Amino acid sequence: MPAPTLEVSFDGLKHLVSSRALEGDTLLLNMGPQHPSTHGVLRLLLELEGEIVLNCIPDIGFLHTGIEKNMEAKNYLQALVMTDRMDYLNNIGNNLVYCLAIEKLVGLDVPPRAQAVRVILTELQRIASHLVWLATSSLDLAAMSTFLYCFREREIILDIFEMCSGQRMMTSYIRPGGIWRDVPDGFEEAVRQFLRLFPRRIRQYESMLTRNPLFIDRTKQIGVLTAEQALQLGVTGPMLRATGVAFDLRKAQPYSGYEQYDFEVPTATGGDTYDRYLVRMEEMRQSLRIVEQALNRLPDGPFISDNRKFVPPPRAELGTSMEAVIHHFKLWTEGFSAPKGNVFLPVESPRGVLACYLEGDGGPKPYRVHFRTPSFAHLQALPLMSRNHFVADLVAIIGSIDIVLGDADR
Amino acid sequence: MGVVTTTLEQAVNWSRTNAMWPMLFGLACCAIEMMSAQSADYDLSRFGMELMRPSPRQADLMIVAGRVSRKMAPVLRRLYDQMPDPKWVIAMGDCCSCGGVFNNYAIVQGVDEIVPVDVYVAGCPPRPEGLIHGIITLHEKVKTEKLTEYA
Amino acid sequence: MDLEAVIKDLQSELGQAVLGVERGRGEVGLLLSPERVLTACQRLRQRHGFDLLIALTAVDYWPNEPRFTLVYKFYSTMANAFFGLRLPVPGTAAEVPTLENIFPNANWHEREILDMFGVRFTGHSDPRRILLPEDWEGHPLRKDHPLGYEEVQYTFNFDEIDRRKPYAVE
Repeated sequence: MPAPTLEVSFDGLKHLVSSRALEGDTLLLNMGPQHPSTHGVLRLLLELEGEIVLNCIPDIGFLHTGIEKNMEAKNYLQALVMTDRMDYLNNIGNNLVYCLAIEKLVGLDVPPRAQAVRVILTELQRIASHLVWLATSSLDLAAMSTFLYCFREREIILDIFEMCSGQRMMTSYIRPGGIWRDVPDGFEEAVRQFLRLFPRRIRQYESMLTRNPLFIDRTKQIGVLTAEQALQLGVTGPMLRATGVAFDLRKAQPYSGYEQYDFEVPTATGGDTYDRYLVRMEEMRQSLRIVEQALNRLPDGPFISDNRKFVPPPRAELGTSMEAVIHHFKLWTEGFSAPKGNVFLPVESPRGVLACYLEGDGGPKPYRVHFRTPSFAHLQALPLMSRNHFVADLVAIIGSIDIVLGDADR
Repeated sequence: MGVVTTTLEQAVNWSRTNAMWPMLFGLACCAIEMMSAQSADYDLSRFGMELMRPSPRQADLMIVAGRVSRKMAPVLRRLYDQMPDPKWVIAMGDCCSCGGVFNNYAIVQGVDEIVPVDVYVAGCPPRPEGLIHGIITLHEKVKTEKLTEYA
Repeated sequence: MDLEAVIKDLQSELGQAVLGVERGRGEVGLLLSPERVLTACQRLRQRHGFDLLIALTAVDYWPNEPRFTLVYKFYSTMANAFFGLRLPVPGTAAEVPTLENIFPNANWHEREILDMFGVRFTGHSDPRRILLPEDWEGHPLRKDHPLGYEEVQYTFNFDEIDRRKPYAVE
C-alpha cells in the first residue's frame, strides 16, 4: 500500500518543511506555546525522525506586547516604566540601557555615585538572572534541588532591590540622570552580607552539577556552535564567549564607569551546552568581584544630575526657589524634550548585547524606540544547534540559550 | 437529608481545596513570581500545590500569570476548554486582570474577555504573598460552593 | 580602525548612491540609497571586517517622504568599532533587497520589519509575519496605525463600559 499523503495546511509553513514531512515519512510535532520546558511561550514546530530532530522551526510572537509603539505615546519618563517589563529577568539592565540612551541623546551627565550604584545593581541583577537560568535549565534536566537553592539566593537579591526601590522586580530605579533616590542605610551591610554568603553557594551549585556524570552526559557535545556560525547568526553574550570569542561590551565599549573595575571575561572553547554552563557560572563570580570593588569605592556625592531641565528638583527646594517650581511643573506635566537625532547604545545584558535605538524629534515623547534584544537574535540559531539531536537534547539546548520570551517578542 | 448534603458539601469542598493542582501557565514576569511562590521561601506546597501540572487534563486551577497577547488568546481558551470540571481561574497580576500597563493593540485587556475568572490578584507583579492571599481567597470561595452547582 | 578610510572607500565604490555621511555623538554612518545596499554590505563584511550585524530596524516618517528609513548597524569584533547605514525607502512600493545571504541573522530582523512596517524584502526566503498572528491586517509601527487602546474605566463610566465589554462565558 503506498504511503498516505497528508493534506497539511498548517500556518503556511509548507515551504519550510522537507518533502518527507509532507508525505508523512517523518513526524511533524508541535511543541506548543504552553510547555514546561520552553521557558515561556515559544512554539516550536519539530520535524522528527523517530526521536531525532531533523528541523525545528521556532514561532514567536505569543508575548508580543507592542512596547515600542506604546512608548511612542508616552513621554520619556513614563516610557521608562515599560522597559522594565521587556526582559523581565533583567529589569535594572533594561532601565539602564534606556537611560543611557536618553543621556547620550540629550548630553546629560551622571554623577559618579549614581554610576557606581548603577553598576552594583546591574551586576546583582546579572547574578539574579543567571540564578533563574540555572534554576530553570537544571530543572529541565531534572535536577530539581538546584531550582530551590537558586531561588533562595535570588530572594536575598530581591530583598536588596526592595530595600532600594520598594519593588522586588519592576524597580524603575534607574532614571535619566542618575538613580531615583539615594540608597538607604542598610544597603551596604546587606550587599556585604550577600558577598560573604554567595561564593559558598556557587561552590554548592558546582558541586552538584559540574562533575556530575549525568549532567555531563546530557550537556557535553550538545548544541555545538562554532565561532563563525555564531557571528553569522548574530549570537552574542555568554553563547558567543563559550565558542571562544572574548567579546564583552563591558570591556570593549565601557559604560557607566565599568572601565574602573578589574574583572575577567570568561571564555570556553567548545561551544556546547556544557561550556555555556561553565561560562555563566564563572560570570557570576566575576560579577561578585565587580560588586565588591564598586561597593568599596562607592563615592559620596549627589545621586542624580542637577540639570534641572531633565531632572525634577527635590521637594525641599520648592519652598524657596521659583525656578524650581517652574521646572517641577514643566517636568511633571509635559516632561523633558530631547533634540532631533538618534542614538544607538549597546550594553551587555546577561543574555547578550542589548541595544537601544532611540530617536528624538524635539518633543517630549520618543519618536522611535527600538530595542535590539539578544533573545530575538539567539532564537534564529536554534534550528542550526538542534539538528540531529534528540528531543530531550533540544530541551537542554533551549535551556542553555537562556531565552526570555518577553525579550524576544517585546 | 439536609444534614447529609451539607456534610457532603463540606467534605467535597474541603478535599477540593486541599489538593488543587495548578496548571503551569506562566506567560511573562508574573510567572517568575509564581515560581518564587512555588520555591522554598514562600512555599506553595503547604497548600497542597506541590506540583504544577503542565497538562490541562490533570489540572484544576489555571493561574494565568502574565500578559495575554492576541496571538496567545485562542491558545488560552483552548487550554481552558481542555481542563476537566471542576476548574477555577486566578488572574494573577495587572495585565490579565485589566490589561495592566499595556493599553494597546497587542494585549487582551483583561483575561476575563476570554475565560471566566474567579479571583483577581492585583500587582505588577504581585508579591508571592499576594498570590498566596489570592489562593486562600479562592479556597474560601470554593468552601462556600453548593451541591446544586456541581452539575 | 580608521572609520574615515571606510567612508572614503565606500564613497569611491558607490559614487552616486552615497547620499550623505552622518557623524554625531560618537557614531559614524552613511546615508545610502537602497539599490546599492548589497554591494555596500558585502564590502563592509569582506574588506573592512565588519562581521556582526548588530541591529536592523526601521523608522516611519509619515507623512514626510521618503517615508521609511532602514537603519543598519554593524560591528567589527576584530577592531571593536561600530558602523551604521541609513536607507531612505519610499512609502509606496517599499522594497529593499534582502541581506540574508551576506548576514544570515538578517532573516528574522527583516521579517520583523515586514510585520511592523510593511517594507518588503526581495529575495527573502520566508516572508511571513513573525510577531503578530498570521491573519493580522495592518502594520502597527506605522504612524498612521492607531495605538488601539481601550477606554479607561473610571467610576463615572464604569457601568457603561461594563455593559460593552465582551466578558467570556463558561
